[in-house]
Order: sequence, then structure tokens, then C-alpha cells
Amino acid sequence: MDVQLNTLYIVTRGATVRRDHLTLQVVVEQQARLTVPIHQLESVAAFGGVHVTPGAMGLCAESGVAVNFLTESGRLVARVDAPSSGNVLLRREQFRRADDPGARGSVARCLIAGKLHNCRNLLLRAGRESGDAADQGTLSGAAGHLAGAIPNLEADTDADTVRGREGDAARVYFAAFGAMVRVGRGEFTPNGRTRRPPLDRMNALLSFLYALLTHDCTAACAAAGLDPSVGFLHVDRPGRPGLALDLMEEFRPLLADRLALALVNRQQVKASGFEFREGGAVSMDEATRKAVLTAYQQRKREEVTHPYLDQKVPLGRLPFLQARVFARHLRGDLPSYLPCVLKN
Amino acid sequence: MKVLVVYDVSTSDSNGPRRLRRVAQACQDFGQRVQKSVFECSVGETEWVRLRTRLLAEMDERRDSVRFYFLEADVRVEHHGAGEPWNLDGPLVV
Repeated sequence: MDVQLNTLYIVTRGATVRRDHLTLQVVVEQQARLTVPIHQLESVAAFGGVHVTPGAMGLCAESGVAVNFLTESGRLVARVDAPSSGNVLLRREQFRRADDPGARGSVARCLIAGKLHNCRNLLLRAGRESGDAADQGTLSGAAGHLAGAIPNLEADTDADTVRGREGDAARVYFAAFGAMVRVGRGEFTPNGRTRRPPLDRMNALLSFLYALLTHDCTAACAAAGLDPSVGFLHVDRPGRPGLALDLMEEFRPLLADRLALALVNRQQVKASGFEFREGGAVSMDEATRKAVLTAYQQRKREEVTHPYLDQKVPLGRLPFLQARVFARHLRGDLPSYLPCVLKN
Repeated sequence: MKVLVVYDVSTSDSNGPRRLRRVAQACQDFGQRVQKSVFECSVGETEWVRLRTRLLAEMDERRDSVRFYFLEADVRVEHHGAGEPWNLDGPLVV
């Protein structure tokens, strides 16, 4: 397959997505804004008040294109997908392993090791680029802490201990996060990690990017024939895509954190593009969401060398590849899950 | 692969307008109109076979012509003036 599959994002309030023969058409105020042949799409993401006609939904279902309905802040409300395919034996094995504390611990350890490695690389990179001695100190200190935490994971056999270590490391990481913000530090320094609702601009931006990443990871799990909702690090909870969240851990720094910092530091996202709600919740306006989505799609197209496939792949393919690595681990072809650790 | 589809459909006979519409629709289903009878299509092998078969079936060999230009991956396109098309391989955010 040589067509790069794309995601159609609709963020304009009052837009309609309808079917026109073999294409999807986005109509805004009775004007066709965009017509896309269905074969070029992998999924459709409709944010907020967007109308998708039954005809459009039918075309997507026939073509195996998932339709996601999300709130404006990116929380998934509903997903319309073709009946699940893949191998039921693989899913059964996934459930069996997820019930086994030893297997949970071993997978959780690998996932968090990958995450911490990638977080550490981000801190080191920002430290190299920073001109400020105090910031460099903060960043290398935090990077050192993460480096120390990784070998400790080796000894952990259960998922709870791993979760504890991850929590400690995340606190250190987010405490140092502000030192990676170079422009508009007053407005964009996060006060730790807050969510539901995010209480500052950086957290609003991160929450939105994490939501996008969750969808991509959910799609990746489903494409590999896995059940996105049965996780190893994340405990089962109704409506929570546990395995997708597991898979996402190693990609947070690569596809979300680094992008959020770049958007702020390059001033592609401005402080004025955020809205403050009663109770302190912060969200982005429509123009900012569009800018973030565009940047996210562009970032996914950037090519990196996959560390053990030794192949150039677009960043956006990594969750799909890693989901397959995960499936290979479940099938017994790989003794442990290998997270994707990039050098940069 | 990227294919540029260019056609000329004769509308002088009674069936002409119908053929023109159907040829245009086939192109629309697989690509994007960049000028009146010029379409850029990003297609995989399957879509390419479907598009080609459909076009050849719709056209009238004696009156119309269709030309396919196969574009290299690093093709460079400049657009000036009205009706700049979307890059369907780039970010799609409406």
C-alpha cells in the first residue's frame, strides 16, 4: 500500500460531513469546504457540534474507516467502527496475561522504562538547547533522576510498584517541565500536571494532545487485533482504553510533550488562544485547536529510524508498529515487550 | 502513487454531457479536481485499477481521450491564482 492514510479532523462548529459517491464532503454554511476520497482516510474525528450523516457513516463503515465523536476538548464520546476483526486467540491470550500479576508486572516495567527513557532524552535535548545555566541545571538534574529510576525498575515484579516509581518520576519530570519553556514562561509554565479539568494553558494543550494520541493508540491496538480496553499497567475501568493508554506511555514525550513545547516556543500557539472558564478550567479556542491539529499531523509525518527494525518510518506509524510488537510478545515470539526508544 | 488524469470528452453528441459527468465523477471518487478537466489522484494499486477500469468503461474511444501522467514521489507543483486545491496527503483540518 503506497497511499499514506490520513485522518480527517473537523473542528468547525455546525459543519456537516456527508457522503458524495465515494468521497466524504465537509459542508460549512452550505458550502463544500473539502472533498476527500474515502480510500485516503484511516479515520474521521468530529469535535463538538459536528453532524455526520448516516450516508457518510455508511461509507466509512464499508471502507473500514472509524468515525470518532469527541468533545471540543478532545474527550472521546462515541466511536463508530466496523465489526472487530483480528484473531480471537490473540485477544484471549491478552486477557489471560492481563489476569496474571507476573505478566502484568513485566509488561508494565517495559512500558515505563520506555517512557522514562524518552522523557529523559527530551530533558537532555532541551538542556542542550537552553542558554540559561539555571535551566540547564534543573533539566540535567531531572534527567539524572530519571536515569537513576530506570535500573530500579528491574527489581520490580508487580505493576503496583512500577506505578509508584512512575508516579515519582512523573512528579520530577513535570516539576522540571517549565524549564523547557523558553517563550512566554509566565503564561505557559505548568503547575504540575492537572487534568479533568486542566488548570493552566500548558496542561490544556497537553490534555488535548494526549487525547489525540489516545485515539491513535486505540486505532493501533485494534489494527493489531488486540482489545484496546484490556490493559496491563492501567487497571480495567469501564470506558477506559487501558491497553491504548499503556501503549501511549512511551509516545507521550515523543508525540505530545515535545510538540507542545515546540508550539509554545515557536509561538505557533499564543497565550491569547486559551479560554478561562468558571472554576479555573482552561481550554483552547477553535483557531488554536486547528493549529495544534495541523502541527500534530505534520509531526506524525516526520520520519525517524526505528531502533530495531532499522527502517525509516513516519512517527505516526510507530504506535501501529509497537502494537504489533506487543502482539508478538503475547504470541510468545518475543520474551518481553520492547518499547520504542528513540535517540535524539 | 500519484496520477494526474487529464481528459477531453466530446459533448457534441447527445450522450456527451452524460459521459462527461460520469468521467468527472470517477475522477472525483479517487482524487481531487485541480482544474476543469484535470485531476490529481493519490491511489494505491487497488484504487488505480478501479479508477482506470471505470474511466475506460465510461469514455467513448472514438470521440474522447483520457491521459494519465504518473508523477514521481518528489514531484513539485506550483499553484497560482484562484481555486488552490487541498493537499489531501497533508493535514486535513476543517
